[in-house]
Amino acid sequence: METIRYTGGKPEKEVFQVIGETLRGLFESDSRVVYLDADLMSSLKTQNLWKEYPENVFNTGIQEANMVGTACGMYLNGFKPYVHSFTPFASRRVFDQLFISGAYARKSIRVIGSDAGIMATHNGGTHMCFEDVAMMRTIPDVCIVDVSDPTMCGAFLKLTKDRPGVTYIRTPRRDLPDIYMPDACFEVGKGKVLRDGSDVTLFACGIMVSTCLEAAELLRADGISARVVDAVTVAPLDEELVLRCAEETRALVVAENANIHGGLGSAVCELLSAKRPTRVIQVAVEEQFGRVGIERDLRRYYGLTAENVVEKAKEAIKTKI
Amino acid sequence: MMLSTKTELERSALRIRLGIIRAISANRGGHIGGSMDLAELMAVLYSDFMRVRPDQPDWEDRDFFIMSKGHAGPVLYSTLALKGFFPYDRLDNLNNFNSLLPGHCDRTKVPGVDATTGSLGQGLSLACGAALAAKVKHTDQRVFCVLGDGESAEGQVWEAAQFAAHYRLDNLVAFLDFNKKQIDGTNDAVLSLGDPVKKYEAFGWNTARISGHDVLAIQGAVADMIGRKNGKPSMIVLDTIKGKGAVCVEQIENNHCIGFPAELQARVKEELRTQCRELGVEEI
Repeated sequence: METIRYTGGKPEKEVFQVIGETLRGLFESDSRVVYLDADLMSSLKTQNLWKEYPENVFNTGIQEANMVGTACGMYLNGFKPYVHSFTPFASRRVFDQLFISGAYARKSIRVIGSDAGIMATHNGGTHMCFEDVAMMRTIPDVCIVDVSDPTMCGAFLKLTKDRPGVTYIRTPRRDLPDIYMPDACFEVGKGKVLRDGSDVTLFACGIMVSTCLEAAELLRADGISARVVDAVTVAPLDEELVLRCAEETRALVVAENANIHGGLGSAVCELLSAKRPTRVIQVAVEEQFGRVGIERDLRRYYGLTAENVVEKAKEAIKTKI
Repeated sequence: MMLSTKTELERSALRIRLGIIRAISANRGGHIGGSMDLAELMAVLYSDFMRVRPDQPDWEDRDFFIMSKGHAGPVLYSTLALKGFFPYDRLDNLNNFNSLLPGHCDRTKVPGVDATTGSLGQGLSLACGAALAAKVKHTDQRVFCVLGDGESAEGQVWEAAQFAAHYRLDNLVAFLDFNKKQIDGTNDAVLSLGDPVKKYEAFGWNTARISGHDVLAIQGAVADMIGRKNGKPSMIVLDTIKGKGAVCVEQIENNHCIGFPAELQARVKEELRTQCRELGVEEI
């Protein structure tokens, strides 16, 4: 089990700070690392990097398709590209460029999609992307990271630098609590058990990981022992861990800040229906578009709350096969 | 660098066409129109300008060639086979299941192909990336890219055009295969392109417009553009005839991608045989 430092308070560093510091470290250690942005450096607070590292940082202006294509072309000529935009523009808008110029052509590119799901808050429905995970999961050999904690974001930026294929890192820019110790080790395809429990597994990714830690505490008060797992990478899924949780707790709640179709919940259900039929209830966005608001109101509206996870956990336990 | 003579280049172009016809014959069909009309360009580029190593296709400091109109795979494959990147008889496998020569350009399967293309509008961005990378590396690598005229309806092309000018990519030379036809008819019937020279000039590019079938004009224009080094990317608009090289193919109204029955193959090959005799080219 992972040692964690979750308290629910403000993080030591916001995600955007970690991204900036990590990119700086990458530029310093590897001159072939480049970061391209489509006019959202102000949002990610990376303008200083743009000034300081003119041979590593390029602003393409508001043209995400060309940004992805240019990044893929830089890969052809020896570079290791990272690109950033808000999640809808980093996934839905450039899906064909990522798929053909990137994945199908067997290139190595890392995509940072910021403001994942409801974390688009005041930018509202046009910027609130729930379908990115489902789309990305259809790319062969993709790695999808739904960031749950700032340390994890930095770690994956580093550890996927030379990873072949498309790596998609969806993350909030701020307001993500610290969960992991600063020296935590991560691996592509390896989930983490954050809290042990025997009655039900709360299997989560992204912002729903801390929500599930809260839910587990609420369940404990009701005498229910809930295990909490961070999937870490939605793809590749840690199948061994999912199967072990199914075997040991025989009920799962899968919680994610994404569309109920095609995301982590779907991945878990696809696996378990084939290998070990198990009761699974999803907490995710159901048949809804995005909308504007603050995080708290959006969580309530879409059911992405600890209370909803608790309710679904009790239902899952009651209806175990 | 010693440049080739007119006759040498015309012979090369004819050999490239023979290879295209061989590939498309083997599978009784394919994208013939927009492949045949690029033979002169490919002959010039690969005879006189592309610095590549057929025995080391991934040589780090090579020049890049990006066929953005990916359906013109046959002309690139024929050129690369003649250059020695892979055995010539592999052309017979075009588009077969599990083939090492998929009809659309595929960098993962074909030695010498730098970019996987076929989803139109993406190649100029790849070219921009390769050219920008060369600038960052401070190498003298050049990047050549061929765009289709129908393809130029894709918005991403114009994103890349703006980007190339802003980043002063004067190591990038692009060509427009301006044959005025696309799948559903002429450009003017489907979606007019207007005057591409004016468009690229307005985008801040060097421009030229020449016949795409005049080898010396192409040779001169490429030499001119790569010599300018004035901070501007270059666009050479090639006036071409879709299907060029076999009159019986040129005359097919919709010759973008055609079935290639034995009878038509025979007529095309007869035309090419005549050209071989005239130019002193041995039939392959």
